[in-house]
Amino acid sequence: MGSADLIALWISFRLAATTTLLLLLLCTPLAWWLAMGASRWRVLVDAVVSLPLVLPPTVLGFYLLILLGPAGSLGGVLQRLGLPAPAFSFSGLVIGSMLYSLPFAVQPLRDAFQSVGARALEAAATLRASPWNRFFTVAVPLASRGILTAVVLSFAHTLGEFGVVLMIGGNIPGRTQTASIALFDHTEAYRLSATLVAICFALLLIVYTANRRLRATGLPA
Amino acid sequence: MTLALRVALARAEFALEVTCDIPTRGITGLFGRSASGKTTLLRCIAGLERKARARIEFNGEIWQDQHRFVPAHRRAVGYVFQESSLFPHLDVRGNLEFGLRRVPAGQRRMGFDEAVALLDLSALLRQRAPRLSGGERQRVAIAQALLTSPQLLLMDEPLSNLDQSSKAEILPHLERLRDSAAIPIIYVSHALGEIMRLADHLLLLEAGRVRAAGPLQQLLVREDLPLGHFEDSGCVFDATVEAHDPSYQLTYVRIAAGRLAISLKPVAVGHRIRVRINARDVSLALKPPELTSIANILPATVATLSDDRDPAQTLVRLALGAEPLLARITRRSAAQLGIAPGTQLYALVKSVALMESSARDLTW
Repeated sequence: MGSADLIALWISFRLAATTTLLLLLLCTPLAWWLAMGASRWRVLVDAVVSLPLVLPPTVLGFYLLILLGPAGSLGGVLQRLGLPAPAFSFSGLVIGSMLYSLPFAVQPLRDAFQSVGARALEAAATLRASPWNRFFTVAVPLASRGILTAVVLSFAHTLGEFGVVLMIGGNIPGRTQTASIALFDHTEAYRLSATLVAICFALLLIVYTANRRLRATGLPA
Repeated sequence: MTLALRVALARAEFALEVTCDIPTRGITGLFGRSASGKTTLLRCIAGLERKARARIEFNGEIWQDQHRFVPAHRRAVGYVFQESSLFPHLDVRGNLEFGLRRVPAGQRRMGFDEAVALLDLSALLRQRAPRLSGGERQRVAIAQALLTSPQLLLMDEPLSNLDQSSKAEILPHLERLRDSAAIPIIYVSHALGEIMRLADHLLLLEAGRVRAAGPLQQLLVREDLPLGHFEDSGCVFDATVEAHDPSYQLTYVRIAAGRLAISLKPVAVGHRIRVRINARDVSLALKPPELTSIANILPATVATLSDDRDPAQTLVRLALGAEPLLARITRRSAAQLGIAPGTQLYALVKSVALMESSARDLTW
């Protein structure tokens, strides 16, 4: 692997880590609301959140480009404010990846919070735990498997994405060229491909091992 | 000192509409069929039902009214749920400490070791909650609730999911809790046996409304309530152990109306126990019988007569001084003896049960 490949790998990692962190912050309240809320809008939101699962990545990238490009509605506003339009930049990549990996974070979190159930939280309330305290000392530990799954799936899924990144990032080496895209115009793609496969496999292995361990200690699924 | 309740909450199956005062001492049994609102009322008291329109005042402190809602974690209640509510990610010690740690040291009324001893948990402390038996879980849940030093303990059918042996394992702990008089308890059950064994007061709910409320002894014999019509209906008395007679294997206990002989019980003289006399075990005689095998004979006055479920029988309510006693006799006997309100007679009590053996539970 040449240095360009290493740079591409590094960009992939940075992108995956940033996306995962932001998704966790954004999706936790969203998943909580989907799991615990009583609103009749939940079905609709559930469906919208799952859209990236079924849309072709190029469709997603196309709309993002329209939205975030210098001539796009959001990109234009940002540019008038003196800020760079996110398209063809790292921040554009992050936005695109977050959208693309959204269901991979929301769905495990939502299922995990659902399995925590109202009863454990009510019991904690009668044991003097405030709402935030209940979240961190009861909901998070009980949902830990789901949280781990959400983190690893978001990370691995972002690492492997292609279509959205190509359209919104534009394949600029050293800035927006991730490993999965560097592969594309590589003549010697074997090594980089093998590296990506190995990384994703290792990540999934970690999740499944950890899940098995957690189950052995008696936590609910 | 009371818990003053005015609660309204609509549910699919019933509309809860309760206004009552519950004494904040002893055990108040909350009794009724399923879907009569028992659990919902308990949840309202605990602050787990935000949608309830309620005014809840506990010993002068307002927990809820039109303007205020003190959330569950700020109400001084302990809550024991019907099914296990222990945290599966913690061991027994962690579960017990969960509430304890959240109570400022100065406000703690029960220490960790005390709760562990009271519910006999020392052997379980390292176990994880999912590995415990049903009875063990409920014991941990009771200790967990007590360790938050509540001023009121709410128990929602804590025994209903347990088998007979687990029930028998927990009931003595509950009696000890009651007799230590440390904390008022509201105890939800649809098992009359449990209520008769534990409760001092009774709140009878029917379709979301209060059907009757008052001292257990009085309510058990009210003819307008369904309680007297159970096959095993009867009365309970709080008695004091007076003497033991090992040669005849008898223990003498004193109730207000006189002395009763029961089978020898290993209870220290001077201790209070609760005994139960079933209506079908009471016969009546106009004169004190001279030659009889029945040991317990008490003078009584007839208060009322009413129809029994069985048309051949009649339920006679007697006054033993201030305490009521139920007798179930045939209508023919009642007519032949000329029994009517005011008749002075003698109640012949064939058997007196100490309320500790796991008496068959009477459920609706």
